[in-house]
Amino acid sequence: MSEHCIIIGASHAAAQLVSSLRQEGWEGKISLIGDEPNLPYHRPPLSKAFFVGEKTEDELLIRAADFYDKNNVDLLLGSRVTKIDRDAKKITLEDGAEIAYTKLALTTGARVRKIPFTGCELAGVFYMRDLNDVKQTHKFTGPGKSAVIIGGGYIGLETAASLRKIGMNVIVIEAMERVLQRVTAPEVSAFYTRVHTEEGVDIRTQAGVDAIVGEKHVTGVRLADGTTVPADLVIIGVGVIPNIELAKEAGLTIDNGIAVNEFATTNDPDIVAAGDCTNHYNPIYDRKLRLESVQNATDQAKIAAKSICGKPEAYNALPWFWSDQYDLKLQIAGLSQGFDQVIIRGNSEQGRSFAAFYFSKGRFIAVDAINRPKEFMMSKRALTSGQTADPLKLADESIEIKDVFN
Amino acid sequence: MPLIIYKSHDGNTQEVHAEVGTSIMQAAVDNGIDGILGECGGCCSCATCHCYVDPAWVAKAGEPDSTEKDMLDCVLDPQDTSRLSCQIVITDEMDGIIIAMPKSQY
Repeated sequence: MSEHCIIIGASHAAAQLVSSLRQEGWEGKISLIGDEPNLPYHRPPLSKAFFVGEKTEDELLIRAADFYDKNNVDLLLGSRVTKIDRDAKKITLEDGAEIAYTKLALTTGARVRKIPFTGCELAGVFYMRDLNDVKQTHKFTGPGKSAVIIGGGYIGLETAASLRKIGMNVIVIEAMERVLQRVTAPEVSAFYTRVHTEEGVDIRTQAGVDAIVGEKHVTGVRLADGTTVPADLVIIGVGVIPNIELAKEAGLTIDNGIAVNEFATTNDPDIVAAGDCTNHYNPIYDRKLRLESVQNATDQAKIAAKSICGKPEAYNALPWFWSDQYDLKLQIAGLSQGFDQVIIRGNSEQGRSFAAFYFSKGRFIAVDAINRPKEFMMSKRALTSGQTADPLKLADESIEIKDVFN
Repeated sequence: MPLIIYKSHDGNTQEVHAEVGTSIMQAAVDNGIDGILGECGGCCSCATCHCYVDPAWVAKAGEPDSTEKDMLDCVLDPQDTSRLSCQIVITDEMDGIIIAMPKSQY
């Protein structure tokens, strides 16, 4: 049988896989199957530039539509895979059609974690993961209207900034003591709380949601303390869970995500996986990770393509992330989890530009750089090469950041 | 559609016709030009679309803003004509522009 690589999940990782497969010399057939009707698109702008109308749907595409023609890809969009038969090396679609593969790539991504709040079925209640979700929200937005965001993570805060930009009243409800608690130092959380407050957002921490209220359409959110806040729109952003069900039913190893080795390969040598759905070992941090990021989707897809093409190369990339809110460009290099020391360069209590450098047992592990592109760039390179930095010099703004790392 | 000429660090060239309004980065990734990565999708966050604008075309490509300048200051092998290609929006006047690419984006 001739070679056929089937990619399941029309995601960031999938777009990169197509590109990398052809670059690595894959001459066989490629099929890309996605359950959404869209070609792979950039998800980060959904809560930002696309949300406020600065980007069109076409501009969200990771690769232009004709890229898939040029690379001879069979597209099966709006189509769901129901089963992987590893013994027969074929997949089944929901309409019953069966397609044989020689290599399979799982780029199934993650889906939003849903919480069954009372009233979550009301019109005007949304999650922010898929293009279709975000398009629907536009019927409920408008200057002077009220929005309640449940969850003070990056998605919640980015959405809050976008909603303020279009003139809505915004309340953010966060269950923990501070926003971004899982991912940043208290100084960074305090900074974001201050800026959002300055921009007119009402941030309520240690606040629980009792119910979403309304008749057919949402009218408010009742909090655990009994108060009800008004809402024309409710957006829930409380994390994602990896799409592992297909892999699990096919008997692939699951360990907080689809388990893959350093070559992005599952326990079946003919099946690779990449992106948010995977759990992999990261040599820089010497632990297993399940990352939710564009960087990982892209970089791991390149590794997966190499494995499919018989040119295995071990994955060894530094995780990095970004978040744009108002005039704040946050760039994150590395993973700060487990830090025991934070060095602030600049002033986090005033203005809108500083960097937080994270250390663990004296080793530099990550940076949150806010409107500090140089700090981000230099840190990213240092972290990639395993270089540490002197905390005293990092805190001293009279020393150029380039000199701190040289 | 304007013609964009991409030149790899080892001197190979690839010619691409790109739509006005798209970026030099997007036109590269849409055409499988692997010297430009564009990991962040064009929001000036990653500096993996670093390029050198041919000196004759610098004025037509425009000036980098302060964020882009700061990032360019820290890329590998910066030159006077360095730009982040996601920040160059293609216009009709750029027909024939020559974009050289660095050896590495990391």
